[in-house]
Amino acid sequence: MDFLVTHAPILIVALPLVAAFAIPLISISRGGDRGRNIFSLVIFSLICFLVAILAVNVHTVGIRVYTFGATAAELALPGGYMVPVRIIFEVDGMSMFMGIIITTVTLAALIYSLHFLKGQTGQARFYSLMMLLYAGMIGLAFTGDMFNLFVFLEIASIAGAALAAYRTNMADAVEGGFKYIVISAVSALLVLFAIGILYAQYNVLSIAALAYYMQYTPLDMIALGLLVGALVMKLAGVPLHMWAPDTYTVAPAGTTPMILAASYISMYALYRVTFTMYGGLLNTTAIGWLVIIVGVLSMFVGVMMAVHQTDIKRMMAYHAISQGGYMLLGVGVCLAVITDPVALASYGRDAMNGGIFHIINHVFYKALLFMTAEAIFFRIGTRDTNKMGGLARNMKWTAGFYIIGALAISGIPPFNGFASKLLIYESVLKFSPVLSVIAMFVSLVTLASFAKVFYSAFTGPEMPAYKEVKEVPKSMIIGMSILAVLIIFFGIFPGLIVNTIVAPATNALIDQAAYINAVMGAVP
Amino acid sequence: MSVVGYGYAVWAPLIWIVALVVIGVMVLIWRNRGQKSYKKGTAQTDIFLSGARVPPAEQRHVKSENIYWGFFESLKELYDAMMKPHTGIVNDYLLWFVAILAITIPILVLAG
Repeated sequence: MDFLVTHAPILIVALPLVAAFAIPLISISRGGDRGRNIFSLVIFSLICFLVAILAVNVHTVGIRVYTFGATAAELALPGGYMVPVRIIFEVDGMSMFMGIIITTVTLAALIYSLHFLKGQTGQARFYSLMMLLYAGMIGLAFTGDMFNLFVFLEIASIAGAALAAYRTNMADAVEGGFKYIVISAVSALLVLFAIGILYAQYNVLSIAALAYYMQYTPLDMIALGLLVGALVMKLAGVPLHMWAPDTYTVAPAGTTPMILAASYISMYALYRVTFTMYGGLLNTTAIGWLVIIVGVLSMFVGVMMAVHQTDIKRMMAYHAISQGGYMLLGVGVCLAVITDPVALASYGRDAMNGGIFHIINHVFYKALLFMTAEAIFFRIGTRDTNKMGGLARNMKWTAGFYIIGALAISGIPPFNGFASKLLIYESVLKFSPVLSVIAMFVSLVTLASFAKVFYSAFTGPEMPAYKEVKEVPKSMIIGMSILAVLIIFFGIFPGLIVNTIVAPATNALIDQAAYINAVMGAVP
Repeated sequence: MSVVGYGYAVWAPLIWIVALVVIGVMVLIWRNRGQKSYKKGTAQTDIFLSGARVPPAEQRHVKSENIYWGFFESLKELYDAMMKPHTGIVNDYLLWFVAILAITIPILVLAG
């Protein structure tokens, strides 16, 4: 058990990487499709177990440093060295928070996809890419150095683009995948350029070491600008959001939530850069307001575009952009007041808690909503809400899950969306009442938008064309059930979630010194 | 465990759930006191449109694009402006990216 606890950070990244290459071999061996599915489930169950023990370990012990090739995993600085030279994973509360989100969504997506893909070609590639996407995301959450951040960002981007374009028989799927890889490649190149600027000045790549030696020169400011621009593009913040509806809409059901989670991993990288790497050197008021403006624009433009859509997944994709705005708003308010201890204690930390809490809530309910949309597509073969009607008669489970997801995203109590939105409304109200009113208005339009789709798709007279439509297979229902249960649980026990995983994530971001000391502690 | 303390108040979802259950029970009781002579599947449940012919199901259902028509019509100018940048062309997306970088970097350098 000690071995597993010690090596959990690397095993969690290595296992899906190995599985990704083993899956095609199992598919063509005697095991066939069934063997491959069982293998994927077994490997991912093992990963879930490792994530659970690492989460408990980080919660009880604190930041975990894992140094590759060192005599002891936590030995970040070799004897006599002033800088870390080996590759390092550094897992703190925020990394673990993202790890829990990614792992849960991938588990639900994996189970959901088992039946969803039945009869389709290229399944081995699908599962391989799924594992690669997971490895890219979890690696990015755990990495302690900038170059590997770039590497994992690339792995996640390439796998995500290939998954978006999985249904090659659909022209829009190929186009969606192409757009995703173009914007990802351009973003990643700028991230690499920024890393080059930082490396040229400080000769280090470790995030902790960069934070330790950072002088905040004009070159550092340019690097920050490149990183912020590239990561905002990847997280689909307005006005760099336009690729997201094109990509989310066409990705197969199980993978849309994963590509969505990949966007939030970019948000995590943005927070890591601004809070941990640049931290106290920044003009946090200016950066905070920049984040707030992007957040408010994302909320407003996202929701107004969403309510106008008639493609069910496109509508949900615009809502993903809108909900991302809430997260940016909460965190932006915290950044804007981080240097004012009174404001930070009064509402800044709550705003940050709300923004962070909203990430996990949103990923869960939006994943569920995407799955319900794809369940409809699976049965009736269209995403056009103009052509739907009366589906609740034959798809009761799907309709039920849609209601849960719709109420959660609209911030209706007692679902999880309400808990995080209330935190954001109340804390932002103290900072600027206008921003809070905008956030509430956006929730109202969100409810209107989901009510429209519910009416169009699920209610109304029974359509003769859909008389024979059946509920989706069990594995798809199980995948959606996992998320629905979590949505309800998080809604009923928000205090437990905030105290155990959200507050540690917030503290990890605010406490820059702890992150630096975990690696650079021995440097005089 | 289920309670979160906020700046102004405390949010306790369990109280809400108890309230919802109570309301649900009250609705059920009220519903059971309703019209007993109602018979499902008979002419009682048929659609009546003042004697006019009832259109088929597809024509009775209000299409998604017609819902909130007035809202979209009154905000036509806003929607025209918002739709304009959503060209669907990846080159345009990258132009936006370049423009945002050109704004963000000077702001960061000037803000210090």
